[in-house]
Amino acid sequence: MIAVIDYNVGNLKSVTNALKRIGLSPIVTRDHEIIRQADGIILPGVGTFFIAMENLKKYDLIDILNERKEAGVPILGICLGMQILFEYGSEVKVTKGLGFLKGKVDKMKVNAKIPHMGWNELLFNQNHPILKYINEKDYVYFVHSFMANGIDEELVAYCEYGEKKVTAIVSHHNVIGCQFHPEKSGEVGKKILLAFKEMVECC
Amino acid sequence: MLAKRIIPCLDIKNGQVVKGVNFVGLVDIGDPVEIAKRYDEQCADEVVFLDITATHENRDIIKDLIERAASELSIPLTVGGGIRTIDDFRMILSSGADKVSVNSAAIKNPQLIKEASDEFGVQCVVVAIDAKKREDESGYDVYIAGGRINTGIDLIDWAKQCEQLGAGEILLTSMDKDGTRDGFDIDMLNAVLEVVSIPVIASGGCGGIDSIVDVFKQTNCDAALAASLFHYGEATIDEVKKECYQNNIPVRRNI
Repeated sequence: MIAVIDYNVGNLKSVTNALKRIGLSPIVTRDHEIIRQADGIILPGVGTFFIAMENLKKYDLIDILNERKEAGVPILGICLGMQILFEYGSEVKVTKGLGFLKGKVDKMKVNAKIPHMGWNELLFNQNHPILKYINEKDYVYFVHSFMANGIDEELVAYCEYGEKKVTAIVSHHNVIGCQFHPEKSGEVGKKILLAFKEMVECC
Repeated sequence: MLAKRIIPCLDIKNGQVVKGVNFVGLVDIGDPVEIAKRYDEQCADEVVFLDITATHENRDIIKDLIERAASELSIPLTVGGGIRTIDDFRMILSSGADKVSVNSAAIKNPQLIKEASDEFGVQCVVVAIDAKKREDESGYDVYIAGGRINTGIDLIDWAKQCEQLGAGEILLTSMDKDGTRDGFDIDMLNAVLEVVSIPVIASGGCGGIDSIVDVFKQTNCDAALAASLFHYGEATIDEVKKECYQNNIPVRRNI
């Protein structure tokens, strides 16, 4: 079972719909016992870093997420859900993130339009099981104004925007983050979720 | 590189897709969800539902439509038409749409743009602007109420203000071109693109594949929106993208 964490940041329907399309039965929840039983966890999110962390605190979800991370359960953060996997974010004000990945999330400084909105090509930085069914230069759908900076070893894939390399997929052990929206990225997105499904099943 | 987006727009009346010619003379052409699904399969980059009835009684129909569409689509969905309040934004987003397009209400209450982007994020606030060249050709006026009322507001001032208030994107329709199939309004687009740094969607006047290639060659717009071209099967999205690709315009194609 996959738990989609409900912490009141945006619409979770598109995520659950996409998971259902690949044969999963996601449960949208903030219940600790259900989260504890989950074979995989998805942290979605649209909104601001600050509000996201406030809500995780409000619903007492930080400890349980830490516990599941330490237990080795695959965790996939999507968009804002990926950003809060990092140590800090500066949206609204400097806020501590979950700290599952090293790095900081700041407003994009790029010689191009912001938000970075639309379909961009994934370029691979290293091999990873999440890339199993997709090819380099496949397009995925991005929409964000903040990005994770200073990522090195944990960078799986990126895209080019303006003069910058934009962090697209990051991973450290069982924690994975996608800056783009796999649930909105057509067939390519479906294949990424399918790869995550396999990672969950083989755990 | 970021791809240029091709966006089919579905004008919806009483839960059915229609297409207007110069905002009048509507023709009924089918189920929005089925049509949107077909576009998704053809590699559309997004789909727009524009509810042109948008009466209060109609809300349940549109809610149901969004829920059905969101469960079927694997690409972003924008919904517009008759959006008046923050609650309308909430209803549409919670039904499963990714973005909300607001037009007349933003003119009447510009703070709505700010409230919506503060609450839901800039990424889901699309300001739709209908504009028309002034008779003395000194610039463009913004119209509301489906093009019936000239607000006297200058397009350039309004576009800048939308960005400042937190719009994530501008959907710019040229009323001079809409329904004419003469091609997009290159001059109007360039005038707006010069003053804003958020994405701009070109709308109104698409007459064929060439219009789309032209608008991407002659402007720095991010997306092109069309309705009749696709609804009447004159061109598929694949065909448009193939032509763009051959003209060195970056587009996402079916894998």
